[in-house]
Amino acid sequence: MLFLNHIWLIPLFPAFGAAVMFFFGRRMQKAAVSAVCVGAVVVAFAFACFTVVEYTQLAHGTGQPFEKVVYTWLGSGDAHLSFLKRDGTAAQFNADVGFLLDPLSAIWLLFVTGVGMLIHIYSVGYMAHEGGYYRFFGYLNLFMFSMLTLVLANNYVLLFVGWEGVGLCSYLLIGFYFHRKSASDAANKAFIVNRIGDAGFLLGMFTLVWYLGSFRFIDVNAAARSGHFAIGDPILTAAALLLFVGACGKSAQIPLYVWLPDAMEGPTPVSALIHAATMVTAGVYMVARSNAIFVLAPTAMKTVAIIGALTAIFAASIGLVQNDIKRVLAYSTVSQLGYMFLALGVGAFAAGVFHVFTHAFFKALLFLGSGSVIHAMSGEQDMRNMGNLRGRIPTTFKTMFVATLAIAGIPPLAGFFSKDEILWQAWRSAEGGIPYLWLIGFGTALMTAFYMARLIFLTFYGQPRMSHEVEHHIHESPKSMTGPLVVLAICSVCAGWLGVPASLGGSNAFGKFLDPVFAHGASALPAEPQEPAGEEHRGLEWGLMALSVGAAVVGGGWAYHHYARAGKDYPEPIAVAAPSLYAVLFNKWFVDEAYDYAFTGRRKVGDIRLGVMGAGEASSWFDEKIIDGTVNGAGWTTRAVATLSTWWDKWIIDGVGVNGPAILARMISYPTRLLEWGLVQWYALVMVAGLLGFAVYYVWK
Amino acid sequence: MVPISTLHYLVVAAALFVLGVIGVLTRRNVVIVLMSIELILNAVNLNLVAFSRMWGNLHGQVFSIFIVVDAAAEAAVGLGILIAFFRNKETINVDEIDLLKW
Repeated sequence: MLFLNHIWLIPLFPAFGAAVMFFFGRRMQKAAVSAVCVGAVVVAFAFACFTVVEYTQLAHGTGQPFEKVVYTWLGSGDAHLSFLKRDGTAAQFNADVGFLLDPLSAIWLLFVTGVGMLIHIYSVGYMAHEGGYYRFFGYLNLFMFSMLTLVLANNYVLLFVGWEGVGLCSYLLIGFYFHRKSASDAANKAFIVNRIGDAGFLLGMFTLVWYLGSFRFIDVNAAARSGHFAIGDPILTAAALLLFVGACGKSAQIPLYVWLPDAMEGPTPVSALIHAATMVTAGVYMVARSNAIFVLAPTAMKTVAIIGALTAIFAASIGLVQNDIKRVLAYSTVSQLGYMFLALGVGAFAAGVFHVFTHAFFKALLFLGSGSVIHAMSGEQDMRNMGNLRGRIPTTFKTMFVATLAIAGIPPLAGFFSKDEILWQAWRSAEGGIPYLWLIGFGTALMTAFYMARLIFLTFYGQPRMSHEVEHHIHESPKSMTGPLVVLAICSVCAGWLGVPASLGGSNAFGKFLDPVFAHGASALPAEPQEPAGEEHRGLEWGLMALSVGAAVVGGGWAYHHYARAGKDYPEPIAVAAPSLYAVLFNKWFVDEAYDYAFTGRRKVGDIRLGVMGAGEASSWFDEKIIDGTVNGAGWTTRAVATLSTWWDKWIIDGVGVNGPAILARMISYPTRLLEWGLVQWYALVMVAGLLGFAVYYVWK
Repeated sequence: MVPISTLHYLVVAAALFVLGVIGVLTRRNVVIVLMSIELILNAVNLNLVAFSRMWGNLHGQVFSIFIVVDAAAEAAVGLGILIAFFRNKETINVDEIDLLKW
């Protein structure tokens, strides 16, 4: 129990390495940097191995998870953070720093530390002549810390901490050569697109805690499997879909895959570790971890499967025509991740995890091998300028060839078992109808074989198409680089043997190991990975296997025909046969341009921006001119009315109404007073005149 | 010769009255104005006496005595006002009484 109780040390070894780099790295020698950082990961791997061995002894195959809470981070204790769940009961908001080890995280722990260790060793050789050596290893160790936190977390919040950490390290490492604008742009793109996924993840996480009351995986799984919730529960479906949005961002599925090909701007070990073997599998891990929720939401599962399948074939189609060796591998990664989500979506969780496991080995090997090729070619990455390297860099060639066979799915290498398991489950999920998902997967397998074989043949076969100076410098990589290649090649061959299905006489130890994680109470799955296939199914399964192997051979042979003897200006068969299709594929289906138009507002029509940004600008213009204008207008109107009113009051009411009569009186009085002379005799005269008037009047009467 | 009837007396009285009115209205001297007022009063007396003769009773004559008394009192008061006026203005020009002038 020694190792299990100190499981929290595993992420801390690389964290220590990163801290040392942060404080002292600048002054340290390269040898010291390597010793600290690579040593940290080696120790972490060894520790992880012992821990998993102890766990298997402890669990005795029951798959009972081992949990160790180290520290209460958010929530209860003295500060009670209680909140109301959806059904009105109170719950505690509680997120610990705790570590969970069960079969699922054990597998991830082993291959993350294992492949990570090999890549660290490789980087010693690869980055030997680069600047920023300590910075690179510091970031790489920080990444290992975040990834291990993610994998070992016992609740969604700590998983999210690791999730964000790997996103950050991805940004830092993609933008490692920050002097290059393309690299810093690619880093920004990766982080921003990832962030969109993170928003979905957060929303899903909060929906879950509001509905179920807890972040802990054990609690969530128990609640989901309790039978309390109906299959197709709308809130769980919403939570599952939101979590899947997060997975799309992290694991590069449609529509958030666009960052991964650009991420190839980073150094090759980064591409191998982060964008092939570990970070991009975080989404798969999270969905597998939440399998209890997804099982209760068939709509979400269907969505996962469909998006996975579409991503697989979409990315494979783009990979057929790319010329940069790393870009082909990047699209291949997106495509293989699509396979993994296809598996998860049809309910074959163990098959998806198995593919993650095998894929980590052969994809890391492919990337490291391509790094070796680039190293040999003095930095050249374009396959059009390679050729005939197989004699010059034999170890690299042999290991990459093995990896290509693995990814194409040739038995008995690893890729065959995992990929075929997925295709078999996809076929079964159709339940008698047209197996669309299997067809898409089959087409993707054909394309995968083709473009991977194309990569091998263009790089290692044919006529040498490079310049003479480059040709002179071609050399095999140092042992620190070829060593991991060989180890990974051995793993690519053997790893599949852990999951040989029953139909081929194997014991499927891998699947059985994962059984307790994916056991479900209420099962609505179309595919039951552990259901033993009857005899009639065996024949169908063998037939499908033969078909996919045949597809791989056909794809490989086709590529051989077109590329194995490629000379200086070799023709691309797709460009010859269908030039417009080639243009579309070469331009990645114009998705980046579409996003530019729709979201980033980089495209303008005259002065007006397009898409969402343009709509935002339009609303802002509307708000500023029209709404604020109305408000200002109301104010102006009030002032004008007030001014008018004042004028009316001053001139008309006061002037005419009040002063008018006064002026009138004065006007009348002026002549009138002139009548008053003050003369007595005048008064007397008036009196007499009046008298006379009376007299006259009476006389006339 | 024409016999002297009431009409002759009335004409004379009227003539005296008009002269008196003209005197009141026109003369500058306050004393003359007062004298003209007396003239008016006396003209009225004459009128009354003439009508007394005409009607053959003494009503006119009695009333005349009243008017004489009234004239005497009025003359006294008028002279008193004249004296006061003179003390104020040092003049007996009627045109000088214009304090109510605008």
